[in-house]
Amino acid sequence: MRTLTVIAGLGYLLLQGCVTINIYFPAAAAEKAADKIIDEVWQLKTPNQTAPAAPTSPQPK
Amino acid sequence: MRTFNLMRFGWLTLLMLFAGNLWAQANLEINTPAIAALQASMQKRHTELAPFYANGAIGLTREGYIALREANAVALPQRQQVNGLVAADNADRAALYREIARANGKPEWENDIRTTFAQRWIDKAAGGWYFQNNAGAWTRK
Repeated sequence: MRTLTVIAGLGYLLLQGCVTINIYFPAAAAEKAADKIIDEVWQLKTPNQTAPAAPTSPQPK
Repeated sequence: MRTFNLMRFGWLTLLMLFAGNLWAQANLEINTPAIAALQASMQKRHTELAPFYANGAIGLTREGYIALREANAVALPQRQQVNGLVAADNADRAALYREIARANGKPEWENDIRTTFAQRWIDKAAGGWYFQNNAGAWTRK
């Protein structure tokens, strides 16, 4: 029973190590984040999809 | 019996860690005050920069920044101002990439984030705008 506990404990630590040490870069997530920010900065997705640059039209605050 | 409880606890913790990790894979944290401020600053500046993207005076670099590529497209009295806008935007861009990496607890991701943005800025650029291709040559979209 003790051996089983030790094995389970070691296995757990090993798996936890694999999960927490996340060394690779999440490219898809980064693209999604970039798209969201770029759409915002360049105003590519305004609610009514018209006039991306309309400085004179009153914007609801 | 104690062993069993311990193992169950272990599995539960493991499952939660794994779920948290999966979430982190699907989304990067971009909702921080610092990122929101940079975004707002760049959005405001973009209305001033837009005409210079359109006439080819400035272009998107392959490194995720912008550059004055054709100074002659800017009237002489305006050149200093455009230079200032480009410098300010590049400072915001550098800070943005750094802040996103930091907000996710991975400062070492800064370069990967910058490269990702470089590609997406170019992909989303309007027709007629200039960008640097992989070889570094200015290309019109």
